[in-house]
Amino acid sequence: MKTELIQDAELVTNYINGNESALSVLIERHKQKIYSFIYSKVYDRDVTEDVFQDTFIKVIKTLKRGKYNEEGKFLPWVMRIAHNLVIDHFRKNKRMPKFHNTGEFSIFSVLSDSTLNAEKVLIKDQVETDVRRIIEELPEDQKQVLLMRMYQDMSFKEISERTGVSINTALGRMRYALINMRKVIEQNNIVLTN
Amino acid sequence: MAKIYSNASPKQHNLNPKDETISFLLNYSKALSVINYNKLKFEALLN
Repeated sequence: MKTELIQDAELVTNYINGNESALSVLIERHKQKIYSFIYSKVYDRDVTEDVFQDTFIKVIKTLKRGKYNEEGKFLPWVMRIAHNLVIDHFRKNKRMPKFHNTGEFSIFSVLSDSTLNAEKVLIKDQVETDVRRIIEELPEDQKQVLLMRMYQDMSFKEISERTGVSINTALGRMRYALINMRKVIEQNNIVLTN
Repeated sequence: MAKIYSNASPKQHNLNPKDETISFLLNYSKALSVINYNKLKFEALLN
């Protein structure tokens, strides 16, 4: 009996009834069409191989579970599975796109890690310590306003209420605090940049 | 002189899955067994 004369539907029935070689005939018969279809969408051999494999795993499971309704449309059914898996692939890729570094261009030339490296962390800590030392040198009323404003994020209204002075007085103290800090920095040639 | 534009014919790749893939699928099918029990279906891979 020539296998090419056996219709898909009959091969499917044979397979469901336990004839494993029927599956081999079905795959052999349709593999190029299905593979080409997948490749025409994804243009990647490895991905095509994966999708092809996943397609037939679904086919095998459905047939073995007895959930396939034979309507004489085996190939369109398989193509639909492949098509849906291609869509799943694109959705997954969109969520987390892969970038392949080629020889000429590396993605790391445009992507950078913005976290501070160890050296910069040390410098940052040093700068912050220096700033605190300078603040300690300020007159008490100016220091108080500056600390409330910069370190406690208080509004000038809140500062004036807490310290019992007018808003304008609080503003003036803040202004003088900054002027005095600048003077100290300049006079002592302190470097506060990272 | 007019340029001649021609569509390059698409290269015919060998668009077939690898033998290893086919072999895997056939072995997977042989190993897969679906067991029905109380309206439930269990998939088992026989070794």
